[in-house]
Amino acid sequence: MPVLADIKEAITRELEGLALVIGWGQGYDPVHAVPFFCRSSADIDRLIWNPLCVHNLVSYLPKLKGKKVGILCKGCDSRSIVQLLQEKLIKREEIVIIGIPCRGVVDMNKIQALINGKEVIDCSFTDKTITIKTSEGKQEASLDDVLAAKCLVCQYPTPIIFDHLAGAAFSAQRPAAAVDAEVKEIEGLDIPARLAHWERELDRCIRCYACRNACPLCVCRDHCAADARDPHWFSQRTGVNEKVMWQIMHALHLAGRCTDCGECERACPMNIPIQRIRRKINKEIKELFAYEAGVNPADTPPLYTFKVEEPTIKESEW
Amino acid sequence: MPGMEAKELRVVGFLCNWCSYGGADTAGVSRFKQPTDLRIIRVPCSGRVDPLFVVKAFMEGADGVLVSGCHPRDCHYAEGNFYARRRLEVLKRFLPFMGIDPGRFAYTWVSASEGARWQHVVTDFTAQVHALGSRRTFGEGGAGNAGTR
Repeated sequence: MPVLADIKEAITRELEGLALVIGWGQGYDPVHAVPFFCRSSADIDRLIWNPLCVHNLVSYLPKLKGKKVGILCKGCDSRSIVQLLQEKLIKREEIVIIGIPCRGVVDMNKIQALINGKEVIDCSFTDKTITIKTSEGKQEASLDDVLAAKCLVCQYPTPIIFDHLAGAAFSAQRPAAAVDAEVKEIEGLDIPARLAHWERELDRCIRCYACRNACPLCVCRDHCAADARDPHWFSQRTGVNEKVMWQIMHALHLAGRCTDCGECERACPMNIPIQRIRRKINKEIKELFAYEAGVNPADTPPLYTFKVEEPTIKESEW
Repeated sequence: MPGMEAKELRVVGFLCNWCSYGGADTAGVSRFKQPTDLRIIRVPCSGRVDPLFVVKAFMEGADGVLVSGCHPRDCHYAEGNFYARRRLEVLKRFLPFMGIDPGRFAYTWVSASEGARWQHVVTDFTAQVHALGSRRTFGEGGAGNAGTR
C-alpha cells in the first residue's frame, strides 16, 4: 500500500477519539507544504506526504497537552517526541503517533535556487528525482541534490516511537561520522578564526527568534529567558555580542536535550548555520556521558543527574 | 604577581559561600599575597552558577572567568557541585568552539580551610589570563555592528 494511503487509513481508524491530527497539507503553490490540522473525516483527503513535508510537527505538542491528539512524524521528529516524554512535557496516553520511515526532505533554499523565482505549476517526485514544472519549462534534479543537509547525514530514518508505522521500516543509509563533519571543520580553525567565523555568521542574526519558535524543545514560550527583563540577559541593542549571547543561550538550554532535528536552522530567515552550535554540544555530551537525546523514553537527560565519580571528566590539576 | 606589574585585567570569580569564599577569606586573613585582578561574586553554591553567568561575564568584557565550589562529596548542599561539575565541563568544552580561548575559563574546588590552595589557584589562573592578554570580544575591531555597545 502506498505510504499516504496507509497514513490516511490509520487516521480514519483513530480520528474519532482525537481532538485533531497534525499532518502536512498543500501550501500556496505545488512546492510548499504547510502544517495541516485535520479535525474531521472530510479533512483527511487534504493531507499530503512527500519530501516537501519539512516541518517538525512535534513543536505543536507541548501546547496541546491536555487534549488527545494524533501526530504524523518522521524519524528525526520522533526523537523530539521521545525527549518531550522523558521530560514529562507531554503524556504518552494523550498522543497517537503515526510514524513514517523517511528518505529525506528537501531544503527549500535549494528548491528556490532551482525554480529561480518562476511560477510553479507542478511538482512531482520519484524515488531518486524531483521534477518541477514552472511557467518557463521543466526542471529535473536528483533528490540528493536538493535534500536538506541534515537528511544527508540522517541516522534515524525510521521513527523510534510510534503507534502505527506507515510504510516499511529501514535502518540508516548514511555514514554516522558525517554528522559531525561541519563541527570538526570549525574545530580545525584556531581561536581567532572561530571568533571571526561566528562574528561573520551571527552578525546576520535579526533576533527574530524563529529558531526558538520552531524548536520542539523550547517549551517556555512566553516565559523565555531571552524576553525577560529581570534578569535582563541581553538588551535591545543590535550589536553582534547580543546575537552571540542569544545563540549561546539557546544552545545551552538545549544541552543534553537537543534531538538534532534541524528546525532552528531551517527556520532561520538569514540562513545562519546555527545547527552546528547545537551539534557541538551534542558531540561533547555524547563523549562525556555516552548519551544521545531522544532515543530512549526511559533515559534521564545527563544534566539532570550526576555520578559521584565522573570517570570521563578530567578536571584542572590545581 | 602579574596584577601588580602589568595592566590589571578583568577576571570574574564565582565562589560558593560555604567553601571557596571561605577559602579566599582564609587566604586574606592569613595575609597571603594574591593578584588583584579577580572580582569575586559570592553565590550560595556552585550549583547556583548558571553557565550563562559565565557567558554573560565574557559578553560584558571579562578577560577570564573562574568558578570555584566545595570539593565533590563536600558540598554544603550535598550535591550542588555534582550538577555544577557536569554543566561546567560541558561549558568548558563549548566556549572554545565559539571563539573564547580555553585558558580564559576554569572551574575548580577549594575548601574553606585551603587558604594556601586558594592563593595558588588564583595566582595561577590570573597568570594564565595575563599570558593571553586582554580579550577581544565579539564585534570589537570593526567586525559586525561594533560600537553599538
